[in-house]
Amino acid sequence: MQIAVNVNGTEYSRVIEPRLLLIHFIRDDLGLTGSHWGCDTSNCGACVVWLDAQPVKSCTVLAAMADGRRVRTVEGLARGDGLDPVQQGFARCHGLQCGFCTPGMMLTARWLLDRNPDPTDAEIREAISGQTCRCTGYENIVRSVRWAARREAAAAGGADRAEAGTGGDAV
Amino acid sequence: MFRQVQVPAYVEYEKATSVDHALALLARFGPEARVLAGGHSLIPMMKLRLAQPETLIDINGLADLAHIEVADGELRIGALTRHAQLLDSAAAGQHFAILHDAERVIADPIVRLWGTVGGSLCQADPSEDLSAAFAALKATMVIQSLAGTRTVGARDFHTGPYETVVAPGELLTEIRIAITPGAGSAYEKVGRRVGDWPVGAAGAAIWLEDGGARIADAGIGLTAVGAEHFSAAQAEDFLRGAPATERSFTRAGQIAAEHCRPASDQRGPADYKRHLAGELTTRALRAALARAAGGGPAAGQEA
Repeated sequence: MQIAVNVNGTEYSRVIEPRLLLIHFIRDDLGLTGSHWGCDTSNCGACVVWLDAQPVKSCTVLAAMADGRRVRTVEGLARGDGLDPVQQGFARCHGLQCGFCTPGMMLTARWLLDRNPDPTDAEIREAISGQTCRCTGYENIVRSVRWAARREAAAAGGADRAEAGTGGDAV
Repeated sequence: MFRQVQVPAYVEYEKATSVDHALALLARFGPEARVLAGGHSLIPMMKLRLAQPETLIDINGLADLAHIEVADGELRIGALTRHAQLLDSAAAGQHFAILHDAERVIADPIVRLWGTVGGSLCQADPSEDLSAAFAALKATMVIQSLAGTRTVGARDFHTGPYETVVAPGELLTEIRIAITPGAGSAYEKVGRRVGDWPVGAAGAAIWLEDGGARIADAGIGLTAVGAEHFSAAQAEDFLRGAPATERSFTRAGQIAAEHCRPASDQRGPADYKRHLAGELTTRALRAALARAAGGGPAAGQEA
């Protein structure tokens, strides 16, 4: 079957088998290998991408289900030349060790902050509760998301302090 | 490149553009067709080749099956409603807090964004939480086909593990729950870890009379403990007309525990699950009473 999917703002049209999983379409057909293929059982969340405006575990949806929809992967997280504040937060706060869970964690974090710009630690933990960091770096992942939230709050407040929000979370 | 990949077997795919179109596709492709909603149960089953449908009928585009509304004294939940949508619904939480209790502990937030209420019910996993919640609420399932519409009580919906009364050519379209004054409900679940299937869980709904002193009717739903129709009929019989007291709830829990048939598995031994069925029934009744009385502690807030 033929599908047309907008991935990170680019239209892709491909002929696929209906049984093809979205994660394999993204990685193998489109060559976007930032999204990781982990447990294959919708438990670990390494494969999280956005389907339209919401994150999804892409090992558990068919590429066919993305026909006519938008997909956003980690490759589409940066804004223009600059990294997304979530990406900056993970870099600043040591939010990744091996990096395997990182793309999925960041896409979920972006979704959380879009809905809830000032989440509590409990809300951050709840948001990523379906995702596994096998390095067990959860403390720093939570810290990274919190950093991004503060950074965005500072930017939205028109603060001219470019580094606002980093202080309380300096490692 | 030569890796072991879990992939579904070859399958055909049809995208339904309306409920009528979905029903026509279901009629055309017959018993080897499966409805594809969120896919979060079906696709894992297909990867393991436990399910090998010939045709998938994708209903994700059917927005008119994704509603939550109050009409004619009922809460009506479209079958394509996502778990997250039900959890976010103020109307659902206001009238049937049990639904929010249950949704809060189903899988994880990402899975809840895509998994659907109807899909969970039709998957009919014995450990699935909403089946017991709707059994407790004595909900009604609306099933459509080209031949028309029929309704089935929640307790008659499942015919066994992974089996329902939904026949080839039919589609579950809506769940309806009557809204009655003086009602309260709650769901209590014990799992090994966050997001896991329950070791055991119980839901309770009570309807009060005599100014709240007496139980006019009660519904008890049990999950993952081998309860017939996901419910505890003998405990409900005991509660009907009984005083709304701690003693009644304790006895109802004992009766529920006596009549379920849990099986030992990797989540726990049968006697522990039986204990859970009783204790969680009592706790859910207690929380349901507090809510029916308009306040008190919410479910899940005690140890």
